[in-house]
Amino acid sequence: MGLTTEPGGQGGAAAELERRRRAPAQRVQHVLHTHPALSPAIILLLTCIAFTLLNDRFAAPAALSLLIQQTAVVAALAIGQTLIILTAGIDLSVGAIAVLSSMLAALLAAEQGVPAPIALVIGVAAGLAAGSLNGLLVTRVGLPPFIVTLGTLSVFTAVVLIYTGGQSVPGADLPDLLSWTGTTFPIGDFRLTYGVVIVALMYVVVGWALSQTAWGRHVYAVGDDSDAARLAGIRVSRVLFSVYAVAGLIYGLAAWVLIGRAGAASPNAIADANLESITAVVIGGTSLFGGRGGIVGTLLGALIVQSFAIGLSLAGVDDQYRLLAVGILVIAAVSVDQWIRRVRA
Amino acid sequence: MTHPRRRLAVAGALAVATALAVTACGSDDDGGTTAAGEGDSVAVTLITKDSINPFFVAMQDGAKEVAETENVDLTIAAGAEDGDEEGQIQAIENAIAAGEQGILIVPNGPGVNPAIERARDAGLFVIALDTPPDPADIVDITFATDNFEAGELIGQWAAAQLGGEPATIALLDLFNDKIVSVDYNRDQGFLSGMGIELGDDKRNGDEPATGNYSGGTYEIVCNEPTGGAEDGGRTAMENCLTRNPDVNVVYTINEPSAAGAYAALEAAGVAEDVLIVSVDGGCDGVQAVKDGRIGATSQQYPLLMASEGVKAIADIARGGEAPQPSDGLDFFNTGVALVTDTPADGVESIDTTEGADKCWG
Repeated sequence: MGLTTEPGGQGGAAAELERRRRAPAQRVQHVLHTHPALSPAIILLLTCIAFTLLNDRFAAPAALSLLIQQTAVVAALAIGQTLIILTAGIDLSVGAIAVLSSMLAALLAAEQGVPAPIALVIGVAAGLAAGSLNGLLVTRVGLPPFIVTLGTLSVFTAVVLIYTGGQSVPGADLPDLLSWTGTTFPIGDFRLTYGVVIVALMYVVVGWALSQTAWGRHVYAVGDDSDAARLAGIRVSRVLFSVYAVAGLIYGLAAWVLIGRAGAASPNAIADANLESITAVVIGGTSLFGGRGGIVGTLLGALIVQSFAIGLSLAGVDDQYRLLAVGILVIAAVSVDQWIRRVRA
Repeated sequence: MTHPRRRLAVAGALAVATALAVTACGSDDDGGTTAAGEGDSVAVTLITKDSINPFFVAMQDGAKEVAETENVDLTIAAGAEDGDEEGQIQAIENAIAAGEQGILIVPNGPGVNPAIERARDAGLFVIALDTPPDPADIVDITFATDNFEAGELIGQWAAAQLGGEPATIALLDLFNDKIVSVDYNRDQGFLSGMGIELGDDKRNGDEPATGNYSGGTYEIVCNEPTGGAEDGGRTAMENCLTRNPDVNVVYTINEPSAAGAYAALEAAGVAEDVLIVSVDGGCDGVQAVKDGRIGATSQQYPLLMASEGVKAIADIARGGEAPQPSDGLDFFNTGVALVTDTPADGVESIDTTEGADKCWG
């Protein structure tokens, strides 16, 4: 959170001595504490250097373009997951909500003849509604987020399957607007999709809201210590509800990006989105205990995971090693988080 | 806070209800099967891997149709998801307890074998559909597509289309973290149809990266997993193109992954120059062949697997003969047909109009 001033800042000689005596490790701790996105940034840099040494195609614009395109959907979902984890919650229904939104929009447009813009709005609104339901259950009924989203994961998945009968909507039946997010355009030697642009805008908007608005400060405060936040006059349950609702809205938008990316709407898409989004958040340095981290780290975390997938594929290494690397990264990231938490004030 | 006396009352009511339920269940028959006469109804349970996949939904439809005409009392069950062995075991146990005459099952894995054995010991006739169990003789017989043949047909077709050009091949498989028969049979069948020498025919990805196919030289660029879905197919194809942008033949495990592969090729601007072949013959897949996104696909007949299976059990229960495996195979082959609008010499095929008549999903 904001800038913490050095303790003992009265500038006495004793304080100066104390500061010199600090071990370098503590200084590292301190820097990481104030800049939570620093460790994932370093890891991403090292990862990219290592994979470029293994195969120089990795650093070519073509591969980097793909890295960005392939990360887009999980990176978008992980924004919502970050918001929820910042409030010390967790969302297991991420993938289910995104699939619900995408199937609803696609089926309305392809089979019910609903105009594409309206179908899209309904799909995104379904994401908002699903997120709001999670928020209601967490705040009004007072259930733990883990339990709520475990339940709604099954509920939303079932709704999708009952509604679709397991059928996907092929790309040929989709209106252009829905698959527009998958359209590529060149930027110099890079090729990006409009979906990537949407995700980038989502990062800018949510990043601004978290760092520049009262709402953003409240999200951090509630995650850090909800009792203290309540005493400070923050309406905790209102903030919590808004976080789940906004997350649902973000999943709904991510669903649009997903349709473009897959070139079709399928109820079996992004099967691993729940774990992948949580992985991105954790590797990105956001604390599962709430109140510490941010979406810059999450974006870096999502890029790290995907760079392993592309890098190892280019190096001709089996995919199992990607899982191994990601698992080790998760453990390492949480260890660093715990170590930083012991920073001496 | 509940009132203590009220809590007691609730507990008492629960106990009574439980006792009633237990005696009700216990007063059922003892779970042995009974032979059916000519006019009696026969009870059969169909257990698919899940009830989501359109392929299994087609099976359920096929079974329901025949159940009506054959006077079969049909129970539909499924695992909660692909791979859910526990749910299938419960469905088998229910069929035994209900004293049914037979079970049709698409086994989710070897974990269901002991339950299948118990069912056969209790006198039920068990037919596996789509996926032969391992070992195959756990069930009475399997009704399935010859997936190796399905792969061979698209391989032969692709080799004929290339007309002697060098083949730069991308293989988009189902998994790379588990070995599943449908995955290696289709992939290895495709390569064998291309005239490429196989390594172990129960393993994907162990062939030499370069060599000769029936028409000239080949290079295998990649074996990538797709999970059988559109998004996986797209990512897999992108990774293959990154390794070698000159891919001109793409084998895909099924049509959703083919759709994803096509999206990736289109984004790279090379969709026109690449042959995509696939397996399944679902209605969306046949449409993709008609539209030219897929060159050819091997169509399988899940409806037939289930309907023939229900018929077979009804026949046996009424004193008829048990079905026999097809010649040279250890299962009853429900057939496969190559669907394409650009037939190749020496490879039998049907066009997309006929394919659309017979498609499922």
